Amino acid sequence: MTDIATAPRSFQEIILRLQTYWAAKGCAILQPYDMEVGAGTFHPATTLRSLGSRPWAAAYVQPSRRPTDGRYGENPNRLQHYYQYQVLIKPSPPDLQELYLGSLEAIGIDMGLHDIRFVEDDWESPTLGAWGLGWEVWCDGMEVSQFTYFQQVGGHDCHPISGELTYGLERLAMYVLGVDHVMDMPFNDPQTPIPLSYGDIFRQTEEEYARYNFDSANTDVLLRQFQEAEAECAALLAQEDIDPKTGRRIIMAHPAYDQCIKASHIFNLLDARGVISVTERQAYIGRVRALAKQCADAFVRTKAGGHAA
Amino acid sequence: MPQLLIELFSEEIPARMQVRAAADLKTRVTNGLVEAGLTYAGAESFCTPRRLVLVVDGVLDASPTLREERKGPKVGAPDKAVEGFLRGAGLTRADLEERETPKGAVFFAMIEKPGRPAAEIVAEVLTDVIRQFPWPKSMRWGTGALRWVRPLQSILCILSDDAGPSPVPLEIDGMVAGDTTEGHRFMAPGRFSVSNFEDYTAKLKRAFVLLSAQERAQHIWADATNMAFSAGLEMVEDKGLLAEVAGLVEWPVVLMGEIGAEFLELPPEVLQTSMREHQKFFSVRNPKSGRIEKFVTVANRETADHGATILAGNQKVLSARLADAKFFWENDLRTIKTVGLEGMAGPLSEVTFHNKLGSQKARVTRIEALARHLAPMVGAKPDLAAEAARVCKADLASEMVYEFPELQGVMGRYYAVAAGHDDGVPEACEAHYSPLGPSDDVPTAPVSVAVALADKIDILTGFWAIDEKPTGSKDPFALRRAALGVIRLVLENDLRLDLASAVRKADILVAENADGIVGPSASGYIHDLLSFIHDRLKVYLRDQGIRHDVIDASLAMPGNDDLTLLVTRARALSETLATDDGENLIQGFKRANNLLTQAEEADGVEYSFGPDPKFADTQSERSLFAALDRAEAVIAPAMEAEDFAQAMAAMADLRGPIDAFFEDVKVNDENQTLRRNRLNMLHRIRGLCLEVADLTKIEG
Repeated sequence: MTDIATAPRSFQEIILRLQTYWAAKGCAILQPYDMEVGAGTFHPATTLRSLGSRPWAAAYVQPSRRPTDGRYGENPNRLQHYYQYQVLIKPSPPDLQELYLGSLEAIGIDMGLHDIRFVEDDWESPTLGAWGLGWEVWCDGMEVSQFTYFQQVGGHDCHPISGELTYGLERLAMYVLGVDHVMDMPFNDPQTPIPLSYGDIFRQTEEEYARYNFDSANTDVLLRQFQEAEAECAALLAQEDIDPKTGRRIIMAHPAYDQCIKASHIFNLLDARGVISVTERQAYIGRVRALAKQCADAFVRTKAGGHAA
Repeated sequence: MPQLLIELFSEEIPARMQVRAAADLKTRVTNGLVEAGLTYAGAESFCTPRRLVLVVDGVLDASPTLREERKGPKVGAPDKAVEGFLRGAGLTRADLEERETPKGAVFFAMIEKPGRPAAEIVAEVLTDVIRQFPWPKSMRWGTGALRWVRPLQSILCILSDDAGPSPVPLEIDGMVAGDTTEGHRFMAPGRFSVSNFEDYTAKLKRAFVLLSAQERAQHIWADATNMAFSAGLEMVEDKGLLAEVAGLVEWPVVLMGEIGAEFLELPPEVLQTSMREHQKFFSVRNPKSGRIEKFVTVANRETADHGATILAGNQKVLSARLADAKFFWENDLRTIKTVGLEGMAGPLSEVTFHNKLGSQKARVTRIEALARHLAPMVGAKPDLAAEAARVCKADLASEMVYEFPELQGVMGRYYAVAAGHDDGVPEACEAHYSPLGPSDDVPTAPVSVAVALADKIDILTGFWAIDEKPTGSKDPFALRRAALGVIRLVLENDLRLDLASAVRKADILVAENADGIVGPSASGYIHDLLSFIHDRLKVYLRDQGIRHDVIDASLAMPGNDDLTLLVTRARALSETLATDDGENLIQGFKRANNLLTQAEEADGVEYSFGPDPKFADTQSERSLFAALDRAEAVIAPAMEAEDFAQAMAAMADLRGPIDAFFEDVKVNDENQTLRRNRLNMLHRIRGLCLEVADLTKIEG
């Protein structure tokens, strides 16, 4: 698939190359958000920072969880826990497509041999009250990334517009490394004394979480936690802007948003447990969206959100 | 005369929007030019994934100067009036001319609107067009306020003539138009300048861009069919996919690949759907076996390895996709083997069809009972129709249909075969959704017809029962389509079906299966539903050239729940009216009817006593008596036999005697006996004609 001299040899090398590439292009290389999220977009570095007028450029790996996608580690492509690589630049630079293509080259995809295509894909996140236009990027018929110009987040029109790139790391790496089953993919360099495959690290956890997600997660507890997160989010945002202890203006947009993330993940778990009916589903999504909107409203009143005072 | 060339170069435009956008660009720019006085000889527009292009030939150098004479106030009018006129015309007093008119001396002004150079007009028009372009969905990018379908990267806008090209000065949101463009993103990066359209297309081609979508499509199809042919195979035609794929590439390169042997046993529809929907691959078929054996993909570039890497990648992706499909197929077959098709359908009791109409399972129960009820009328065995209905939605619970909803019905057929059903049951699983549109094939096999009718009558009755009828353009449950389906199933199979009783049966079933949410409404809405179906029938027959008044005349007759009877009557009437006798008979009938109605109203009696031949005073009366006797002798048995053509021919034969009667006889004679007898005669004419159809509804 790739030129031998520049070909990466492991999953982690691909990640490291992306980090190096985007660092060189001026992005702040952040660390994963320390909560369970369904996608890299949920990281406040994307959701919240795409709001307001302040310029922003960040890249990071985000472990992501989709409980319903669990397959006990058996499916060659599906995982309930996987990694996304996320880039967010605001305002979107005019050469973002070129920058993106450069990143593919950096991980060893030879632009002279492959067929890269930008295929229409409108992005919408009903839980975040967000949408954007862009493409899924195809490499030889395989989707390797999502490319989106955010138009609205948390119900707010974006201005300036952020450009968002999302790479599904496992799928991309399997392609680059020529691996057919995700569990067979070398995680570190196969030439090292202790070579580890993706399966060595994640096969067991995929099994454990599949059982947990589908059959064992206590739905009563989850339902209660959902309500608690929802209430806590609202309670935090209902506080006065001025902190009575310090006398400073401190709007707790991020702590409130943590509760929104929590509610969203709990909803995904409940969904995987099959206890949410079709009609209830819409209602739950609406409740998470309401939280996301309130957090967005709060964030744009903070300094990072472009508030002048 | 100059040629105008415009290229709007952007990031990738969605394939489905390109054709419309190219057409909009052409209309909007040329309309704008003409409105500003800039006529042209011809225009053509093009699109690729990255550009919208318009060339306009024979554009005027400048818009013509317009002179307009304007009449002002009278000479000697107050200064205010004169000044107001000057302000409005943008002139000074020195420009005014005094002229004598019959009403005295009046000021006249010549207003001259000087022509404007083409470049100025083009710049204005194009700016407007870009700012107001009707994209179905548009976006902003970066810090700008401009909206386009995806970020607009450059504008090429030149006017060129024998002296050479000149760029049109134009700037939108900081983007300055020029005379340069780019070629293929990967095969020929870098910008180049162009001097006119010919130069533009030639240079694009050298830079690996085929400008015309049609040319790209032709190229793809020619290469693909050649490749398939030399492998002893044939392409499966797919015009929609061809147009879409032509919109995804600037430099199409056709590659043919293998489908793994382990997938060749999958149903061809599964292979085709999976390849088309997910990968935009064409299917390549073995003409002998009908099996799909290879695929064709269209790359956007040439490579040093002649596409080997690209093809390998695509094959790999396809294998992963088909592995999924195979997994679903095998799981479904395993389910059927262990619990049968009805077992597979089990989870449908958990799937809500509509919250007032219960689950899918409840719906299947209703369809089953209704299909059993309808079976004798369509020539199907009731047990078979019920069996087919019981499993007709089972595939909705299959993994395959969950993944590929468009395969519903098709999978039903395969799975019914796998479950050991036969005798028309598998066919019914697929065909009961048909007809889906006005040109779709109508099922003819009796079991399929029974289930198809039951399916549609249930959905119509159900939504009428809960009062969710289509309104205006809103028809979320496709009830109009269902009604048309019923009509076509009945008519095209010549079915004799009492629709009202079928609906009453469906109504009872809805009430029984809806957990008491809906009570039996008996006649409550049945009349309304039937007239909805009659309305659809009118639309259907109008498309076949049958006048609406003819349909009304037939609808007004008893037995109009029997659509076949109704339409036979309407067709016969339509044909009769097309003849000279038929058309004139209507006039005679109307005259008789009018005279009679007036007399009956005036006299307050009904002349239904029956005319007596002994009062027949004239030869034409006697002839009419004889003719009516003859007609009656034919019409009564013909109607009995539902031979409308014969009945109407006999009716049309009355034209001569009726015309002669009105010619020779004065109905309202002074002699009251004669008058009464003649009015009774008219009554007999009316009665006879109205047995055939309600001719009072016929217009003209």
